[in-house]
Formats: sequence, C-alpha cells, structure tokens
Amino acid sequence: MSELSVKNLHVFRGERHLLRGLGFEVPAGCCLQVVGANGAGKTTLLRVMAGLLEPESLELSWRGEQVTPRDPDYHAELSYLGHDPALKSDFTAAENVAFNVGLRRRVASEDVRAALARVGAEKFSDRPVRSLSAGQRRRIALAALWLAGTPLWLLDEPATNLDVAGQALVASLIQEQLSRGGLVMAATHQDLGLPAAQCASLEIGHRGVQS
Amino acid sequence: MTVSRTTAFSAAWLVLARDLRLAIRRPAQLIQPLAFFAVVALLFPLGYTPELGKLRAIAPGVLWVGALLASMLALESLFRDDVSDGTLEQFVVCGQPLVALMAAKTLAHWLLTGLPLTLVAPVLGIALGVPVAAMPGILCSLLLGTITLSLIGAVGAGLTLGVRRGGVLLSLLTLPLAVPVLVFGARATELAIIGESLMGPLYLLGALAVLGITLAPLAAAAAVRIGLE
Repeated sequence: MSELSVKNLHVFRGERHLLRGLGFEVPAGCCLQVVGANGAGKTTLLRVMAGLLEPESLELSWRGEQVTPRDPDYHAELSYLGHDPALKSDFTAAENVAFNVGLRRRVASEDVRAALARVGAEKFSDRPVRSLSAGQRRRIALAALWLAGTPLWLLDEPATNLDVAGQALVASLIQEQLSRGGLVMAATHQDLGLPAAQCASLEIGHRGVQS
Repeated sequence: MTVSRTTAFSAAWLVLARDLRLAIRRPAQLIQPLAFFAVVALLFPLGYTPELGKLRAIAPGVLWVGALLASMLALESLFRDDVSDGTLEQFVVCGQPLVALMAAKTLAHWLLTGLPLTLVAPVLGIALGVPVAAMPGILCSLLLGTITLSLIGAVGAGLTLGVRRGGVLLSLLTLPLAVPVLVFGARATELAIIGESLMGPLYLLGALAVLGITLAPLAAAAAVRIGLE
C-alpha cells in the first residue's frame, strides 16, 4: 500500500512542456531519490508536490485519498525544503526555528534546543543568522525540518553548502525519518547510504520524460 | 512526539508578532515613511507661503497626499524580504490558511506605518495652520483611510512579487485604487477644518475599510500564490 501515489503529471510553462506524464509511488518508510541533469525538472517536480506550482494535470493520492496539492490538510503533513532556507537574518537561529516550526505546531524552547543540537548547531543557536555561513544556515533549516515532524519531506538539494559531516547529517536525518515510517522525496545526487528496500530512484530524462 | 497543530489564529498571531519584532530590530524602515511624510508636509510652508490662512486651505490635500505617498513608500518592503529568503513559500506550504497569514502581515504593516502616520498628522497639521478643534476628525479619517491603504497595498505588493524592482509598477497599480480613499479622506479633513459635520465622508471611509478587510486578504493570498509560481 503506497502512502503517496502520483499519476499522469504534466507541467507546462508557456509553450514548454516541462514534465510529461510522470507517475510514481512511494510506500511508507521509503525514500524516492529524484535524479536528472540540471534543468531536467527536479525542482519543478518538488514544487508541484508542495503545491507551489499549479500542474496542468495531476492525480495525487495521499494515504489512499485523492487530494489536490493545495489542500491545507495535505500541507500540514508535508515539509518542503527549497533552495532558500527561509531564515530571517535579524533573528537568531533558535528564534527562526521556533517561528518556522511554530506555524505548524506548538513548540517548547527545549524542543528547539534539542533540534539545534541534533544538527550540530548548538554552538551558534543564539547568534543572529546574519553572521552565519550558508552551510550553518542550511543546518538550521534542517533543524526546523526535523522538529516539524511531518510525515512527508520534500527536499530540494538538501545537502547544498554542507561539508562532509553535514552531508552525513542529511543522510542520517533521512534515515531517521524513514525509520519512523515517514516518506522522503529528495532531489539529490548524493549517496544516501540507504538499503535498497528503502530507496527508489526516479530519473527525469530529456524533455521531462521519466526514464 | 506529541504533536498539537497550531490553529490558524495563533499562526496569524505568530506572523504579526514576528513582523513587529523584525521592525523593532530594524527601526530605519519604521522611521523612513514618517520622516518622508513630515518633510513633504513641511516643504509647503517653505515652497508655497508661510501664511497660515492660505496653508489651511490646502492642508487636507497636503496631509492626504503625503500620507498616501508615505504609506506607498513602505509597501515595497512588505513582501520583499519574505520572498527573497523563502519565507513566503513556507507560508504557502505550512498548512495554515494563507488568507489569515496575509491578514496578519497587512495588520502589521498598518501598525508600523498607517498608525504612526495617523498619529503624526495632527502635529504636521498645526504647522499647516489647522485648528486644534479639527484634530479628532483628522485622526478618525486617517485612521480609517490608512487601513484601506494598507489593504490595497498588500494586494498590489502581492501582484508585483515576481517583478524585479517593482516599486514603480506597484505605485501605478495601487495609486488609482487609492483614489476613493484620497477623495473622501481629504473631504473629511476639509469639513473638519471648517468645523462642519464630517460624518458623511467618514461613513464612506468606514465602508471602504470594511470592504477592504473582507476582500483584500483573499486577493492578496491569491496574488501571492500566483506570484510565487
């Protein structure tokens, strides 16, 4: 039984046919790794799945029910990590995590501390984000993702700007998410070190066709 | 992990509190529209005539055009930072009604620009020879008018999200829509200055504010969704 199933996904932008008839299924506790050349449509696919981009056609089913990608109940179950980490440069790391997660669920400040410790950001948790490097910001975004605790993660190049330890952190966060029965769709070429049973790959080829 | 979902109301409250705190940490953005309003209003005694009788005659127009332009000035930054750092995308995908979050952002914008502009207006009015008896009327009309201006502005700012340096386009979009507010607001101020009843234009300003509160957050949410695509 697949938690997430997508059929017949078409996206046009003006005259360009970006994604042509994509279809895939992701069972609980599985990661779908989206691969493809630059410009193949990985980001487009993730933005459609997050309801940020209106597709021309899509049959989406989540937990056995047909939903639209703009359904607030579906949104409440997913987290989207895009290119920009959604952090306010005037706020500290802890304030940012508390706000971003607080939009979704109630958080205590101990939870925020724990999340920042989980991603190795406790040392700079009280510094304004303005003074942090891109990799450190990415870690803070990962802390918010982890703390939100949503069942579906949509990750667009989650390991951008991260060092080797940071990439291992992304892999371990994904493993943790899968082990608690969550789903992950990640556009990344990084080896996540997952057992074959937990990982499938979706390759978007030339002209947005699934290969 | 026990998960209790944030209600739409507390999410909107979080957004409002966040915008206010951000503004406090960056007071320049708060002061700019006020300084602009003060300078514009005080240029008239210098450029036109220092004679209070003549200034009093043009005071309604000066105060309202100044307030309108000052509130426009602050609009450009309403969504700019939230778009560039990806926060607006998170607003769309966080499972909260975007309308509520837009209403909160608009309210924050009004508290940070419309309300201070309203409170400064009587002081500038004195410099333009407005009698003290007219101040309550001027305050009321600006209070109602700036609410509508913020709401119209939020829709315009949403529509120009995807436009690079959309400041001019934003003004071209919103200024025509703000004309009714300008007309009734200036009329109310004029009536207040000559000491007649200003209830007529005030009712109309109130009606515009109610219309804006009902429709503008819906339109702003729709505009933001389109703008982010």
